[in-house]
Amino acid sequence: MATFKQAPAGASASQKLMTWVDNRFPATQLYNEHLAEYYAPKNFNFWYFFGALSLLVLVIQIVTGIFLVMHYKPDAALAFASVEYIMRDVPWGWLIRYMHSTGASAFFVVVYLHMFRGMIYGSYRKPRELVWLFGCAIFLCLMAEAFMGYLLPWGQMSYWGAQVIVNLFTAIPFIGPDLSLLIRGDYVVSDATLNRFFSFHVIAVPLVLLGLVVAHIIALHEVGSNNPDGVEIKAKKDAAGRPLDGIPFHPYYTVHDVLGVSVFLLIFSAIVFFAPELGGYFLEFNNFIPADPLKTPLHIAPVWYFTPYYSVLRAITSEMMYVLMAIVVAGAVLAVLKIKMTGLFKAVVLGAAAVVVLLMLSIDAKFWGVVGMGGAVVILFFLPWLDYSEAKSIRYRPDWHKYLYGLFVINFLVLGYLGVQPVSSLGERLSQIGTLIYFGFFLLMPWWSRLGTFKVVPDRVTFAAH
Amino acid sequence: MSQQPVDSAKRTWLIVSGCAGAAGGLAAAVPFVASFEPSERAKAAGASVEVDISAIKPGEKLTVEWRGKPVWIIRRTPEQLEALPKEDPKLADPQSLRNPSALTPEYARNGYRSIKPEVMVAVGICTHLGCSPSDRFTPGGQPSLPDDWVGGFLCACHGSTFDLAGRVFKNKPAPDNLEIPPHMYLSDTRLLIGDDKKA
Repeated sequence: MATFKQAPAGASASQKLMTWVDNRFPATQLYNEHLAEYYAPKNFNFWYFFGALSLLVLVIQIVTGIFLVMHYKPDAALAFASVEYIMRDVPWGWLIRYMHSTGASAFFVVVYLHMFRGMIYGSYRKPRELVWLFGCAIFLCLMAEAFMGYLLPWGQMSYWGAQVIVNLFTAIPFIGPDLSLLIRGDYVVSDATLNRFFSFHVIAVPLVLLGLVVAHIIALHEVGSNNPDGVEIKAKKDAAGRPLDGIPFHPYYTVHDVLGVSVFLLIFSAIVFFAPELGGYFLEFNNFIPADPLKTPLHIAPVWYFTPYYSVLRAITSEMMYVLMAIVVAGAVLAVLKIKMTGLFKAVVLGAAAVVVLLMLSIDAKFWGVVGMGGAVVILFFLPWLDYSEAKSIRYRPDWHKYLYGLFVINFLVLGYLGVQPVSSLGERLSQIGTLIYFGFFLLMPWWSRLGTFKVVPDRVTFAAH
Repeated sequence: MSQQPVDSAKRTWLIVSGCAGAAGGLAAAVPFVASFEPSERAKAAGASVEVDISAIKPGEKLTVEWRGKPVWIIRRTPEQLEALPKEDPKLADPQSLRNPSALTPEYARNGYRSIKPEVMVAVGICTHLGCSPSDRFTPGGQPSLPDDWVGGFLCACHGSTFDLAGRVFKNKPAPDNLEIPPHMYLSDTRLLIGDDKKA
């Protein structure tokens, strides 16, 4: 710790107070490092609103959640009625509840856009790998949080959604059945399950989530933000050591983000007040029927933000397994023929492929569906080590890379659409093709990301003053 | 500080106490993880259910709750019974050979998967991810089903189909036939679900 500082002679009362505080807690230092002297690139565009917005939605969720817990009863016999009580009898309870339910969907909207921003501008690449990894972990936590929160209203979709997802774990060979028993705390989804999901939803996962958000921001502020040009602004500094293309986060970006927040709140309020169910996408109609363990609703689908992954799960049938096995074999043979490696390593690759194919033959397609669904999320973690393109930002990559990212987005949306539809043979085929495109995009990235003619990346960010 | 040589005796004891602490921490986690297991009350709530099946007409289904799960009792018509063996080539496991000990009690290991051919008793939970399939007893083509459909069940969640003996069709997400619960007849019209010991 540094020596005690003295406020200069004739300092104001507030200066004296801050000196007193700073001698005991680094308040001014934290303020400077993270706001007033945190230099962010000056060329941020529209895509850079979504980080701040996800923080805003997190706050909305925590605050509304605290108030909901005051009236909600985590008991299978009382839960459904207590949510209706909040909706009808608690003063303004409907507003708090609709803010929370709309907030859940809004969270995924802004987080998906935030992640897409990272993808197109290469924000996950060196030295920002840990920023990306913490972010992916936040995404996982968010999925757990959304899933467990969805059980709490104890409606039909809550119940059967939880039943399906917990049963996913039974597909794991050997430990699966015991693991799902451990998660449910009963032989079926029941009061015990509701109670523990409540505990996870209101305290355990949010604590982890907050820790990860802090880690995400600390890591970001350590390496500095990327920008739409993918140029490192720290490479060019002025005499005082400030990046030439950087501007202090506060006040420049705090003011900038106020605009984003205003537009976001306009849309958010419009949904909360005029379409809180959003046509059954934000709140599914079947969830207004109390949970009935004897009857599954005719059409069950997860909430929209899980449907792309749900499509992957449904796509992997025993027929699809043969396609996947052929791909594993073809991949191993190609690797052996095309990549330079020692004979021993070639044998290892072929052996591993043979083992995988054997496992694929011997374990049910159900398990591989779960692997595919989990893999579709987990593969995001590996992105920093899959991308070999010369330029970070899409701006300086070959034009056809843009079309490829476009295809990825359309494919993701199609998978999402198929996930809310009932099963059909055409839908099954489409989701199988979509699954192959999804994984192909990532797994072939080390190959395709190097191809094409890259444009010249400028030394400084491109920026025209308004 | 770094100038001083490492006192290896102190370091050894530091490692030993560190390990002892870690072991204690692990041991302390056991009761917490164990608390996730089903409680004694949940374990005890597995009583068998007695059902009067006299009111079920041919072609009808009755659903009762046993251990929190739906159990179906269906009185199959002679035509439906006749159609069962014809389905065999389209089924994934027509003889119920997979997991027989868990899914098909000995007295139900036959073409109808039942004690009495016409009375089908099955746990109405899809072996894929646990949805309860819906009745599609009417034969013929209809949404989500093939044109040569002979009647059975469709699990709307992931599209698995089952015939009227709870046998799963090929190339569907569900790996297994529907579970036949332990059951026995107390009389011609009284069925006990959940117990088959005291015959």
